[in-house]
This record gives sequence, C-alpha cells and structure tokens, in this order.
Amino acid sequence: MSFHPQMDYAPARFHRSARRLADQGEPFAFTPERQAAFDRSVARYPADRRRSAILAALYLVQEQQGYVSRQAMRFVATQVACTPAEVEDVVTYYVMYYRRPVGTYVLAVCRTLSCALNGAERVTEALAEALGVEPGGTDATGTFTLTEFECLGACDRAPVVMVNNEHWQERLTPDRVPRFLEDLRARGLAALGGCLHAGAEPGDRAS
Amino acid sequence: MSVSFQPLLTRFVREPGSATLDFYRARDLGYEALRKAVTTLQPGEVIEQVKASGLRGRGGAGFPTGMKWQFVLKDSPKPKYICCNADESEPGTFKDHLLMERNPHLVIEGCAIACYAIGAKVAYIYIRGEFYHVQRILEREIEAAYRAGFLGTNIFGTGFDCDVYVHRGAGAYEAGEETALIESLEGKRAQPRIKPPFPAVSGLYNCPTAVNNVETLCNVPLVIAHGPEWYAAIGPEKNSGPKLYCVSGHVNTPGVFEAPMSVTLKELIFGCAGGMRDGRTLKAVIPGGSSTPVLLPDQIDIPASFDAIAKAGSMLGSAAIIALDDTTCMVWMAKNLLAFYRHESCGKCTPCREGADWLYKLLARIEAGEGRMADIDLLLDVSRNIGGKTLCPFGDAAIAPVVSTIRHFRGEYEAHVREGRCTVPAGWRGRGTAVMAH
Repeated sequence: MSFHPQMDYAPARFHRSARRLADQGEPFAFTPERQAAFDRSVARYPADRRRSAILAALYLVQEQQGYVSRQAMRFVATQVACTPAEVEDVVTYYVMYYRRPVGTYVLAVCRTLSCALNGAERVTEALAEALGVEPGGTDATGTFTLTEFECLGACDRAPVVMVNNEHWQERLTPDRVPRFLEDLRARGLAALGGCLHAGAEPGDRAS
Repeated sequence: MSVSFQPLLTRFVREPGSATLDFYRARDLGYEALRKAVTTLQPGEVIEQVKASGLRGRGGAGFPTGMKWQFVLKDSPKPKYICCNADESEPGTFKDHLLMERNPHLVIEGCAIACYAIGAKVAYIYIRGEFYHVQRILEREIEAAYRAGFLGTNIFGTGFDCDVYVHRGAGAYEAGEETALIESLEGKRAQPRIKPPFPAVSGLYNCPTAVNNVETLCNVPLVIAHGPEWYAAIGPEKNSGPKLYCVSGHVNTPGVFEAPMSVTLKELIFGCAGGMRDGRTLKAVIPGGSSTPVLLPDQIDIPASFDAIAKAGSMLGSAAIIALDDTTCMVWMAKNLLAFYRHESCGKCTPCREGADWLYKLLARIEAGEGRMADIDLLLDVSRNIGGKTLCPFGDAAIAPVVSTIRHFRGEYEAHVREGRCTVPAGWRGRGTAVMAH
C-alpha cells in the first residue's frame, strides 16, 4: 500500500523491465574543435571539479552527433572523471538531451499556463495534424520531431515554440502553422522569428 | 490608470544597443557602483548598505539579501562563491529574460559587487538551457567587461579579482531551488539538499556560497550608487526598491513592467497591461507565478508587495501575474499546472513525486467528466499529505493551484462531476483535450 490509503503508486511506470536503454551508437570522440571548446568549459571550474562541465560536454555531444548515445556517455565519463552511470543519471534527468536520433528540427511547444491560455494546445494539435505525428514522435521524412515543453519563460509572447534547443518562434497561432512548417522546410532556421525584444541588434538574432 | 515611475532597472531596455558596454557606460550606471564599492567601501560596509536598503530577494521567497550575505562564513579558509540564479522557470515569469538580454552589464556589475561583499572570487551565472539566445549576449558582454578591466584581476588597481562565468542548465524547473541549482552546477541531477547546512555555510563544492536571483543582483548596484536611504525610500516600508512585474495571460499588452511595490495588482493588470482582452471580465489572478494561490477580482486592489499579498493569503513570489478571464475553466487550469508539477517534480521526496502525479490524475479525471464527488475532498486530502512534507518548497507550490481553486471555485469542480462536462462558457483557448506526451 502506498502512503495514502486511497491512491496507488503509479503502476510499474519505472519498472526496470520497461526501461528503454539509450542507443549504443558508434564509438565516440570529440572533433578537435569540440575538444577545444570542452577544454575551455572545463577551465571555468576548479581543477578537481571537472564534473561541473558535464552539461557542457553533453551539449557538445549532441551538437556533434544529434543525440547522446551510450558510447558518448562513456566518452563523457572519461572527460569529466566520473562513471558512465553518473553520466546516464544526468542525461536521463534533464529534458534537453535526446537519447535517440531526432528529426532535423525538434519543435518544442510550450504547454504551460500562459501559453495554454493563448492556445498552445491548439498549436500542438495543428502541428501534430500537419506532420502526422503525436507529440514525442518524428515525422516520416525525419525532418520534424514534435515535443511539448514546460514553461519556456517568454509568456508575454505566447504561444512560444523552441526549435533545436536554441532557436525560437514567438506568437505561433494554429492558423500560421502550415506556413511556419513550409518556411522551415524552405529556409531552415533562418525562417524563425527569434525571441528578442525590440531594440535588439541584427547580430543578436539567434537564427 | 497608469504608473508614473522612472524605471531604474529597465529604463533603457527598449533602446537600440542597450546591451552593449559602451551604452551602459554612457547612459546607465557604467560600473561606477562597482568602482565606488571596491575603492571606497570595505566588504562589510557593502553588506551593511544592502541590509540598510531593505533589499529583499526577488526570486520568490523575499529573504533580505544583506542578511543572506552576512550569513556567508567569512572566516572559512575555503573559497567563497556567488551563484546567480538565472534559471527563471516559474510559469509566468520572464523578467530575468529581459534583464539579461537588454541590460546584461547591470547583472554582471551586480555579480561583481556581490563577490566583493562576501569575499568571493568567482560568480557563476546559472542560466536555463532554453535561454541560449540570451546566453550568447551575456557571454559576449562578459568578455567586453573583461577587456575593459571591470572583471579579471586587480580590478580598479585594488587587488580585487573577480571572474564571472555562465553555466548553461539543461531544462529542469527544480534547478531554480538554490541547493538544487548547486547540485546541478556540480554536474549532478538538480535535486535539493537537506538543509541545514545552508549554502552560506556549505554550498557549491561544500564552500560558503550565496545564491541570488538575477533581479536581486541587478538592484545591488543601485543601492551602492545612490545609497541605502535613497533606495529604501522607493516603495512601501520593508518592501523597498523597484520591482519588475511580469503580466501575462488574457491581457491586451502582456509584458514586463517596473514599478515600486506600492503599485496595486489592479493597476498592473488594467493600467500597465491594458486590461482584459476582447472585452472579457477578470475571473481570477495568479499574483506571483503558478506556485502561488489564486486571488479573486475583489482581492486585487492591494499593493503588489511581499507583505500586502501575503496578508491577502497568497504570495508575491516571482511577481509573475497571470490574469484569467471568464472563459477559463479553473479545473482545466489546475490540471494544466499539475501537469507541469508532475513533470518537473525532481523525484527525491515521495509525497511530491507521487502526490503531484495523483493530483494530476484526479484533476484529469474530473476534467474529463469522469470524476466522483469524493474526488474533490480526496484532492484536498492528498494535498495535505504533500504540503510541508518535502525538502524544498516544490511540494507546497504544487498544491497551491489545487487548494486555492477548490477554495474559491468549488462549485465548478462539483458541476464538472455532476454534469460530466465543463460548464464554463469556454473560449477557444481553454477548450479541447491536451495531448500529453508522457
């Protein structure tokens, strides 16, 4: 029995038999540029605290091969001086790391209250219909992965969509969804409006 | 109704180039507060001034900043650290987003003064992973500050050294809690620690640490530059200084508004944010982020200060005001927020991990028209078993939307059960079943 007499613990949601292991992947090592970038990151922390650079290392992995494989986790463990299990512990906790290959564009629709009040649920539905996937899935061509995200911190420009963890489109409404996807296909990340306030210099545009 | 107040933190944010060092030196504080602190004041005097100013933490708890710094162990042989909490993930909050994007040097100057005050040489700005576009601006401007000699070694020739680094998170609401932020900075899961020891004694790398919100640190240069008396005179007693309010939801012009804490919630919603959209009427207000209990329209003619909102039975929190119009189903709203808490619970404490999931399931059942009358009391009972029983305030945050909506809108819950459907005349925004990807 659980600690509340009328409620049961979630049925086997976390049972190890249902655990999906990350892809094994190819043997992994940073390219020289990324190794240099990692070395710069690790220098920000005390010499005996290399583990602080683990998030930075995982971002570099993801940049290089698109997702974080088990081979890459082992490689990161050697770089930050901890065990592969500790790396996996971190990878499975944070939502911005992908554990299996994803589409070219990962669309993360903010689904929390301020965006939801402005129709984020409708945006997700429109995207799901246009792409023929459920949230969490990748479309048949491998171009788009659709996900839902918790509050992205731009509630004044709701509903917001984050693309590939780094690029933004603000005020996306359901009726603009077909055009939005068309533009992304045609022009890539440059088609995105970004999420910067008035007065930003052109160089600040994240796309 | 509009607020006539000369903004101090966000005065120049709409002007082109306000993020650059040249602009900051020509128009804004320009590191003169840092110069004043390190060349004319002892570290202890900086802390005294911040204490005298009455500056309270802007992250949510409203703890006096000067006290927090004073608790940092001065005599420890270990290095000391400043952690700037830029994880900003409380639903409805986007003020630090604006500050870091349009006035990054104020953040950097605040970090440097904080380091000087507590005897730290390093400040880490823990920025949420989603704000990569902001991080790029911040890192570029930090580099500019190094080149100009405002960071690095021997600042202003006084022998004071200070490094500021940006640390990118990777998507975890819980990392906004100070000990979870420290865990994340150490390269682990963002899960809170048992307190005590508090970070002031044993924080980052088990060294004395002060964790401050971005907006808090942005206020520090103002205190130093203009003096604590000047600062304390802004706004009501014990709630001094300028405050940034994020207004979003069903309002005409959502955005960040700066005002002293004497401004009322009503002025912020109907004055600054232009009132309710489409001529709708206001149904409820979330005054300080999703973790704070909702207020009714007749409760909002009060100052948006820490103390006044606490007196009304809610919290100023991160000052994220979400206005809900009469098309909003409160059961749907609670379900939306519990989906958030259920997803973001770090899983360390059982009441929060399991309880948030239960609350979500019960709410989803009621919202889908399959609930029972007894479920409403069950929601309250489960909430009672979460509140106050977790290591960090997450548990109390998660139950706030449930308990407060049942208190004020119990009829809506009962109607859902009785009718088997939502009876609120819903607009398109709140309609339909959300697709959950879990």
